[in-house]
Amino acid sequence: MKFTRNPRYQDLRNEVADEHAFFNRRQALRAAGVATAGIALTTGVACSEPQQGGPTGTSAGSAHPKPGAGIEASPTKWKVSDDTTPEDAVTGYCNFYEFGTQKTDPPRYADAMTVSPWSIAVTGMTDAPGTYTVNDLVDYDALEERIYRHRCVEAWSMVVPWVGVPLAGIIDKLKPTAEAKYVEFETYLNKDEMRGVRYPVIDWPYIEGLRLDEARNELSFMAVGVFGKAMPKQNGAPLRTVVPWKYGFKGCKSIVRISFTDKEPRTAWNKANANEYGFYSNVNPNVDHPRWSQASERIIGGRGFNPRRETDMFNGYEAQVAHLYEGMDLTKNF
Amino acid sequence: MAIHSRTLRIFGKHWMKPLTLIALLLPGAWIFGNWALMLAYLPHEMGFNPVEYTHRFLGDTAIRVLLVTLLVTPVRDITGWAPIILIRRRIGMAAFFYAALHILAYLWLDKMWSLAALWEDVLLRQYITFGMASFALLIPLALTSTNTAIRKLGRQTWQRIHYLIYPLAILAVLHHYFMVKGFQIEPLVHGGILAVLLLWRVVKWVGPVFTKKSATA
Ligand code: HEM
Repeated sequence: MKFTRNPRYQDLRNEVADEHAFFNRRQALRAAGVATAGIALTTGVACSEPQQGGPTGTSAGSAHPKPGAGIEASPTKWKVSDDTTPEDAVTGYCNFYEFGTQKTDPPRYADAMTVSPWSIAVTGMTDAPGTYTVNDLVDYDALEERIYRHRCVEAWSMVVPWVGVPLAGIIDKLKPTAEAKYVEFETYLNKDEMRGVRYPVIDWPYIEGLRLDEARNELSFMAVGVFGKAMPKQNGAPLRTVVPWKYGFKGCKSIVRISFTDKEPRTAWNKANANEYGFYSNVNPNVDHPRWSQASERIIGGRGFNPRRETDMFNGYEAQVAHLYEGMDLTKNF
Repeated sequence: MAIHSRTLRIFGKHWMKPLTLIALLLPGAWIFGNWALMLAYLPHEMGFNPVEYTHRFLGDTAIRVLLVTLLVTPVRDITGWAPIILIRRRIGMAAFFYAALHILAYLWLDKMWSLAALWEDVLLRQYITFGMASFALLIPLALTSTNTAIRKLGRQTWQRIHYLIYPLAILAVLHHYFMVKGFQIEPLVHGGILAVLLLWRVVKWVGPVFTKKSATA
């Protein structure tokens, strides 16, 4: 038996398009969770114990650490030689438009977001559809710390010590089928908890995506923390992707859905403005954003005035990722 | 009449002008003060990206002071309080100075004083094209805002030149609108206020035409 997408979930998702019904995703997930749980049990699909989403649904498996709680991670070879950006800058200067477009809005308003319990719907071309808890996807006993440079499309950068697990392992766990070519991520959406979605800054919910081979690259990371603590809400609690050779917005925060498809996902910024935000959005100093140069970047943090730094091809990760784009014209596939 | 102009002079010389000047200098004092704190490694209010903060603060100040300039005439028309016109020119000059500071900050912090690099941006980047067009129109207004210039040009010519404030204000809003990512509310607020201020003029100029017509009809 082959599963594509839970039909009930699809119905609920369609409601999102209805401008009158900014719906409560919690309820949708609860419904989807119940439905897929039933299917999974009756057909014996081996996904980890499906969990009922929603504020009241608790199970031992869903107890991921609260934002800010200390978590243990082992160091890795992934380090940037420049100084790590101060923690107050990383947690105080954020783009998370669901909470407002000012950099100080997410730290100020993200507290309203419910992040526990949390469930992630897995849909599309997969042999393991269902609803997962954070702990189902992330082994908290095997966390790694990776110090990556984070380059925003707005031409600034930070050096951030993420804590998490390689995305490749999660992808394997979720068993995309042979036809699947892309993975799509969706951010939580709730108008009661996210004051920024009152404005149509982009077409909510936030959607991001990667080619499967990109998602399986050794650099791709599912982060559940930063600075040795569980992820703060303003940085995308409880879990978010980090794709360090791409502009920051390619990382998807507060993930509630992971889908596998054979079509290039229609990502949020690409839909908003295809001329400015391509599907690939690899860091590339030679391809300017139409409104500003990408040749250099402002360094965030520090109390003085930082000079700009030259932007590196693929944000300095050329050795690890250049082969993914062999033969592609990066000016066209920006 | 004599009494009236005397009142004007008293208003002008004694409290409104210096008060306006102080108010107009406050945003400048704020940004210079914060830069001084930052360079002295003391806590400041510019957040984690002081350069972006500076550009946005100066840009916002320039456009808002420009909108206040455009507000003076409607306020006079509504309240009938003529002396307020005395401060219009200095508010306009402040808009010019903040716009100039805004551009100098960009030239310094982002372009390392390279005029060639600035010009490349003007040609390449739509929002900067609008910004530069707006500033280019501000220059003749600033240059002709001395007492001597007004006397030499005559009131009418001077007035005609200064109609340039309408297109340049529109260009400044477009500059802001094309700068932001996605759909955002701030440039629309500036645009909305400008629309009301421009509409006021349209009604003022076109309105009498209609009333005259209906009077003769
Ligand atoms: C050559 C001329 C100009 C240049 C190069 C320029 C450059 C800039 C830059 C770099 C930004 C900030 C972009 C960012 O933060 O990413 C900006 C924003 C802005 N500028 Fe300009 N500008 C110019 C002229 C003007 C003029 C003449 C005005 C108004 C009278 C103006 C008003 C603004 C406003 C309102 C903003 C937005 C501030 C905000 O987002 O809060 N600019 N400009």
